Amino acid sequence: MKWLDHEAIEHISYGAAILASGGGGDPYIGKIMAQRAIAQHGPIQLVTLDELQPEALLLATGMIGSPTIMMEKLPSGQESLLACRYIAEHMGCSLSAIYPIETGGINSLLPLASACILGLPVADVDAMGRAFPEFQMTTFYLDGINASPFAVVDENANAALFEAQDSLKAEKLARAVAVKMGGSAAFAGYPVTVDQARVSGITGTLRLMWRIGVEVQQARDARRNVIETLTTLLQGIVLFRGKANRVNQRSEGGFNYGTACFVGVDDDKGSRFDVLFQNEYLLARREDQALCMTPDLIILLDEETGLPILGERLCYGMRVVALGVPANEKWRTPRGIEVCGPRYFHYLDDYTPVETLAARCSEERV
Amino acid sequence: MSWSLGIDVGGTHTDAVLLDAQQRIIAHSKQPTSADVMQGIDQAIAAVLAQVEVDRGAIRRAMLGTTQCTNAIVEHKGLQPVAHFRLGAPASLAVPPLTDMPADFRARLPVRLFTLAGGYQYNGEKLSALDEQAVRRQLLAVRGQVRAVSVCGIFSPVVAEQEQRVAALAREILGVKTPVSLSSEIGSIGLLERENATVLNAVLSGVVHTLTDGFRQTLARQGIIAELFFGQNDGTLMPLHQAQMFPILTIASGPTNSLRGAARLSNLQEALVVDVGGTTTDVGALCGGFPRQSAMAAEIGGVRTNFRMPDIASIGLGGGSVVTVNADGAISVGPESVGYDLPQRALVFGGDALTVTDIAVARGWADIGDAALVAHLCPAMVTRAAEHYVAMVEKCLARMNTSQNDMPVILVGGGAALLPMHLKGASEVIRPPYAGVANATGVAIAQVSGSVDTIILPGDESLESCLQRAEHQAREAAIAAGALPDTVAVIELDSLPLGYMPANAVRIRARAVGTLAPEG
Repeated sequence: MKWLDHEAIEHISYGAAILASGGGGDPYIGKIMAQRAIAQHGPIQLVTLDELQPEALLLATGMIGSPTIMMEKLPSGQESLLACRYIAEHMGCSLSAIYPIETGGINSLLPLASACILGLPVADVDAMGRAFPEFQMTTFYLDGINASPFAVVDENANAALFEAQDSLKAEKLARAVAVKMGGSAAFAGYPVTVDQARVSGITGTLRLMWRIGVEVQQARDARRNVIETLTTLLQGIVLFRGKANRVNQRSEGGFNYGTACFVGVDDDKGSRFDVLFQNEYLLARREDQALCMTPDLIILLDEETGLPILGERLCYGMRVVALGVPANEKWRTPRGIEVCGPRYFHYLDDYTPVETLAARCSEERV
Repeated sequence: MSWSLGIDVGGTHTDAVLLDAQQRIIAHSKQPTSADVMQGIDQAIAAVLAQVEVDRGAIRRAMLGTTQCTNAIVEHKGLQPVAHFRLGAPASLAVPPLTDMPADFRARLPVRLFTLAGGYQYNGEKLSALDEQAVRRQLLAVRGQVRAVSVCGIFSPVVAEQEQRVAALAREILGVKTPVSLSSEIGSIGLLERENATVLNAVLSGVVHTLTDGFRQTLARQGIIAELFFGQNDGTLMPLHQAQMFPILTIASGPTNSLRGAARLSNLQEALVVDVGGTTTDVGALCGGFPRQSAMAAEIGGVRTNFRMPDIASIGLGGGSVVTVNADGAISVGPESVGYDLPQRALVFGGDALTVTDIAVARGWADIGDAALVAHLCPAMVTRAAEHYVAMVEKCLARMNTSQNDMPVILVGGGAALLPMHLKGASEVIRPPYAGVANATGVAIAQVSGSVDTIILPGDESLESCLQRAEHQAREAAIAAGALPDTVAVIELDSLPLGYMPANAVRIRARAVGTLAPEG
């Protein structure tokens, strides 16, 4: 068991921004909420699954909707607490712990704030091991676990509770409601037992985010190269270095869709790169050749500072280093690729692991 | 022949340069900034005009770059008491206004905060209706206690009606002359940053009026009838009337101008620039001769705003910074500064305050004032104090140098002489000719911009072609503002989808900049 204080939240929020793959919303808002909650209610308890009873009930909570909208329409702070209470009431049982649905962005921090206010521990498990745009894109879904009952609550306390046939339907229903709630709202869902979480979830990711924050801080203090530190820590591959020369975004159905185009710099001078995204970065290409694709992670870092850049904050002139990071093995199964591989997002590429693509690229260059 | 006059008002010195049509420096001057800022400007202009014979009527442009607003914020000086209204409750209650400002900074900011019902959804629907009665009540409650008002509503960049309504009520209740800052006119999407910028804009309303009125009158007294421009954060110029409404936009012009000036004066394209003023020292990086932009939310006095700004590390160290030796022998430098009183207050000028300037003179680095007046200082203390403030600069250099190697360091600003010619982290230290007037040079060579901010309905037209059209319009606007067509470049091109509005409306913003064409 560990206690998360003000500083730990600072580190986790950096790790959350890194693993968000450009999406997940600005963790900054979630960070402030978590730190305010700690100031009022004391440190947050972080527990491993082994420290909980096998039948104990875990619940995920966070935000649903467009990250751009969340930067503007900030939460009232009551939404996710209400959503959690509705689920517990509906199921007629008490909650043992809260967990983040994904590793990245606001959804890694907001559950910490909610747990703190609800007086519950946070379980060190998540359902994606990264961030993804849709609610069926969980490793729970791969094992047939239903996201329902699923609650969506907005800032004016408008609420909806779903019992959906499966997680995919829950996603579709919840998304439709969130759009009508103004494009962003809080959710609670995926109630699972500790045993289910152990078998079907991805464990240890909160501590991973924490560690990313701590190690990068140490690297920065020692004037070591932050990008090298991250590459080593995440076993990532540098995809390209470039300068953004056009960023197009459109918002539809609660998602941010877009393409960011880069011209190569340094060793990549003369090449053109594109990064395609739907909230998260999903496909990186050099000219027409794929460099990294979902479910592997694409992380864009500010070249100078090593700070991660969210899709919604990308703008003309930014110099970035793109990292590709292999996804958790659960995602690299045929079923995992079916649920969140490139074909699901209507890209014409067949999934190829980032390390295979990188090896192919370096062969061609020799 | 036509001339342009570049003036930079720092906390301690006021610099002026006179440029010819080919942008060559033909005269320059550095005068102390006086308590009445205009007196310093007046003297600087007079000094420049005394150096060369020019027809005053042919001075067509006068550009003013000033850190007055930045200093006012950093030092909490001359800030107007403000009533700030956030419109959006119950949304946003989890993160109250100004939450993300450093606590000590916020505590000293003269702002009364009100979060009221209101705000919009992204598609223009109302989040909550504006509670006019509550607004009136709060305005009546602060009448006589505040001098300016700021308003920030959720999604006001999409629909500004509620903000405008609060502005009307504020003028009705507090008087028509009350400056009102609306977030919809200052920033884009991103509530907290836009709100911070809006509040800072409002607290500056007094500072900027004194400044702009004075500048106009001072030039008139010198017989100069020039077009007036103010340097703004992105290194471009804005006309006087715009500066009065948006003082916050002048905020980082100092660093931008000094970086551009340093590049011009040293002919270096890649370097770190240390601009030592009287109150603060700014460290920035040149990439291709332009300031490296910060990819993150820009900070002013530790406060996040959503302007794109040069990546600058600013420390409270300048020639006028007060050096304190505590009872236990520990030395602290700044952030208090004697500022424009330096010529009276520093020991080397016969004053009573131990400043960084005194330490540099005693250390033998600078030849300013009367060295005999600091001869009595304990040499060990002088050495420690000098090491202390040099280390402050070196720490800043280390933070700003993101390459593995040491970089050339260009020293500029009035306090350039206060630093030694060897610095840890510098491959070489350069103090170019005219280093003291780099800021004034930078503002005088600043560019003009043209921008487009519009909502389009793409219909049959692709977003791509709409963006191209916006790009073209921004270019044309920059040329209309006086830019040479060949020099115009698009520096910003954003599209902000409004979603679910009829026909997928998109807000498009494009901004182009170019060099002012020489006149006559």
